[in-house]
Amino acid sequence: MSNLTYVVADSYVLAKRSILHIIRSFDQVMSLIMFPIMFMLLNRYVLGGAIDTGDLTYANYLFAGILVQTLAFGANYTTINLAVDMKEGIIDRFRSLPMHNAAVVIGHVTSDLFRNMISGIIIVLVGFAIGFRPNASLSEWGLVALLAIVFTLAVSWLSAILGLLVKSLEAAQWMGFVVIFPLTFISSAFVQTSTMPTALRVFAENQPLTLVIDSMRVWLVGGNIGDSAWKAFAWCIVIIIFSVPITAVLFRKRAR
Amino acid sequence: MSKQAIIVKNLQKSYGDKQVLKGVSFSLGAGEILALLGPNGAGKTTTIKILATLLHPDGGSATIVGHDVVKHDDKVRAEIGLTGQFAAVDEYLTGRENIEMIGRLYHLPKDSVKARAQELLEKFDLVDAGDKPARTYSGGMKRRLDLAMSLIAEPKVLFLDEPTTGLDPRSRMALWEMVKDLAREGVGVLLTTQYMEEAEYLADNVMVIDHGIVIAEGTVNELKAKAGAERVELILKKASDIAKVEKLVGGEVTVNKDQLQITFPAKKGVDTLRETLSALSKASIAVDTAGLRRPTLDDVFLALTGHVAEEETEKPEKKGAKS
Repeated sequence: MSNLTYVVADSYVLAKRSILHIIRSFDQVMSLIMFPIMFMLLNRYVLGGAIDTGDLTYANYLFAGILVQTLAFGANYTTINLAVDMKEGIIDRFRSLPMHNAAVVIGHVTSDLFRNMISGIIIVLVGFAIGFRPNASLSEWGLVALLAIVFTLAVSWLSAILGLLVKSLEAAQWMGFVVIFPLTFISSAFVQTSTMPTALRVFAENQPLTLVIDSMRVWLVGGNIGDSAWKAFAWCIVIIIFSVPITAVLFRKRAR
Repeated sequence: MSKQAIIVKNLQKSYGDKQVLKGVSFSLGAGEILALLGPNGAGKTTTIKILATLLHPDGGSATIVGHDVVKHDDKVRAEIGLTGQFAAVDEYLTGRENIEMIGRLYHLPKDSVKARAQELLEKFDLVDAGDKPARTYSGGMKRRLDLAMSLIAEPKVLFLDEPTTGLDPRSRMALWEMVKDLAREGVGVLLTTQYMEEAEYLADNVMVIDHGIVIAEGTVNELKAKAGAERVELILKKASDIAKVEKLVGGEVTVNKDQLQITFPAKKGVDTLRETLSALSKASIAVDTAGLRRPTLDDVFLALTGHVAEEETEKPEKKGAKS
């Protein structure tokens, strides 16, 4: 077999392993289901009444925000999964095997995609239940799905870097939280950015999460997309292009 | 010509300023068991990590069945199995899935992986538990699974890094028997251990390392001969007498305060014992038991290094793979 066939075969074996972790861990299944539902309901019914979103109903506005927030948290599991593998010592066992090293990270990233696919479906269902009424065409839904996949990959690979850098499991657990939580709040996820103080607004309007959220929102419920869409894809692809080789270097460094 | 399982020449490794291996050399034939003995930080685990291609050496060379561990690490990896303190099982997979996963990562054909996994589950007495997640296993079962996983590709060389640390006596004995069987089948086994009895029971040859150098090697009996004569072993009745006895005996004395036990070389054999007992009774020191015994590897270790082999400090129980 060629080198590439090995990468694919090994990654398949390890992706299967990571996906079994999700399915067999009660905690992971619960957070996978509860987290998006909770955020959707809290925002829609507690905050929603007080938030002005112009022509859009709040349910229509909120949907893309919750979707992207959930995808970001889901894709961040790679940090924790890698940190656990390091701590448990199973990484050393993998390294002593004639397998391809990259397969460990690719396996975790793939399981993040699987997790986010399930989350995405749950969010769509809950969204419809709380009054989300999209007018997207089939091709627009396709664009939302495509961006969701590329965005998940970007966050997963970034998370892999974090997972290889953190020294402890605890650090891995709060690290993603303190990065992703503020980033989703300082964006167009829950409120229109025009209400924020200038400095915050400038940041919020230009950061990648807003670009991703705005693109999905326009595809789903209409509006003016401007240059959000290509910028969103560009951000994600650039992140992937940079983080894949960095991950590879870090992985080898941890091996020595 | 049959290739040596392991040949190590002048192996060196430093972490920063600290030189952990200062030129270690040894070789291991097929079907042999070699025990690396030494206190924590002696360089045992570093040696195994280098041989298992997890670490690069700074100097010297090492080959596994003829393949250089640095230049041909992929060929080495196809020939070795690794078990012990830093290998691990996946807690969320079943025993069978664990074994099959490792088999697939060795790039064995799918059918033979399935057949071999079943074989190993039977051999290691894990058939009933084979389809339950490994997190439900006892410590002994996890070690057996760990060993089974490293055997799926029928390695020619097996590394066992403190394989029985924390195991109950029965599981330890069972694991020992399995390792002996493997050696009989021709697997070269390199074992590190802190338990003298483990080396005594398993190893054809023992190598003692301390501060990154080999300070003694040979068969268990050869090493025991180095430690010299038989020992007098006394157990006293009162702790307050320990100091008096130490003074009375003089020279190389080992004291276990908790067990009120005092051990020292019997230079004149039975006569030393007799003389000691009469001296103690003159000094009105009460003795619980007294006797002669052959030197153990502990005595060897003490004689060679000037300190007793420390037992590994208790590690916290590993948690489940995911929270």
